Amino acid sequence: MNIYWADLHIHTVLSPCGDLEMSPGNIVEKAAAMGLDIIAVTDHNHTGHARLTRELGARKGIWVVYGAEINTREEVHCLTFFDTDEQLNAFQLEMERNFVKIPNDSSLFGCQVIVDEQEHIVEEVSHSLYPGLNWVIEEAAGVVHDLGGLFVPAHVDRPMNGLYSQLGFFPDDLEADAVEISRHTSREAAEKEHPELKQYMLIQNSDAHFMDDIGRAGNRYMMKSRKFSESRMALKGEQGRSVLEI
Amino acid sequence: MTTEQIVKALGLKVYTTGDMTTREVTGGYVSDLLSDVMGHAKEGEVWITLQSHANVVAIASLKELAAILLVKGVEPDKAVREKAEEEGIPLLGTVEDTFIITGRLFQLMSKK
Repeated sequence: MNIYWADLHIHTVLSPCGDLEMSPGNIVEKAAAMGLDIIAVTDHNHTGHARLTRELGARKGIWVVYGAEINTREEVHCLTFFDTDEQLNAFQLEMERNFVKIPNDSSLFGCQVIVDEQEHIVEEVSHSLYPGLNWVIEEAAGVVHDLGGLFVPAHVDRPMNGLYSQLGFFPDDLEADAVEISRHTSREAAEKEHPELKQYMLIQNSDAHFMDDIGRAGNRYMMKSRKFSESRMALKGEQGRSVLEI
Repeated sequence: MTTEQIVKALGLKVYTTGDMTTREVTGGYVSDLLSDVMGHAKEGEVWITLQSHANVVAIASLKELAAILLVKGVEPDKAVREKAEEEGIPLLGTVEDTFIITGRLFQLMSKK
């Protein structure tokens, strides 16, 4: 088994709240400088920077997992992860079918741009990426799983947009592959408050919106290699794979 | 005032009846954050919300609320109705938004 350091929740400039410095290029540079082995860029309701980040990461020896941080109808934020381009494209289409299309006012909410390697803007997403998609949380998990992805409720302990703030308690029939707690709490504190979390692998990530946040939290993944199938086993604690605290 | 009297006075839609003919309503609570309702709503209150996740029913049952009132024409799905039926919670609806329906309920309850 090998140990890989991973930060799986990073926002790029495509997220309205992501800092302008957060281009795929800068993120990969910073992740390499921090010694990260695996990252995921998880923009709100969009996967527009996934591919470029993966390409740039590969050049630096970083494995970039495809993903997005989606917002459900109940306004619960959830991390979603995918392996292949086909899955990523299919998921982007599914999201686009379920957007509530409200125009984004970038002066109020921040700009939502997709950039290229040279940091030229190639697209500006015109509708706001903030509102919840038209999926209840269990439906969202179903869509992700049907495509072969992983579904992880994000920062469940946060007072806004966390599973507990929005839904009061963990729904019985929600199929989560793991659960993310914010970097402002600890495994012990989270499990003490919500004992049902003991049945899940708990992960912590930076939820970086600014360059200095990247790698501020993360986990060590114990796996054979950096493959999606391995990370799935690690998140589920199967066959000797596991997720360790830093 | 019973839940049923409120239903009639405000012309509410009834998805599940629960104990609405006998249940005395003591007040109302307005929130879409379920954690907030778990912490602060009181027994006998009508909960006005736009959240229609199945957890709403469990929380109404836990807090012994008089009814759940869904605003803006939000329709509960089948699983949520079944759960409300099971728990005996009146699940109600209105096409009005939260501000309007809360104002009407407040007015109605203030008359008594």
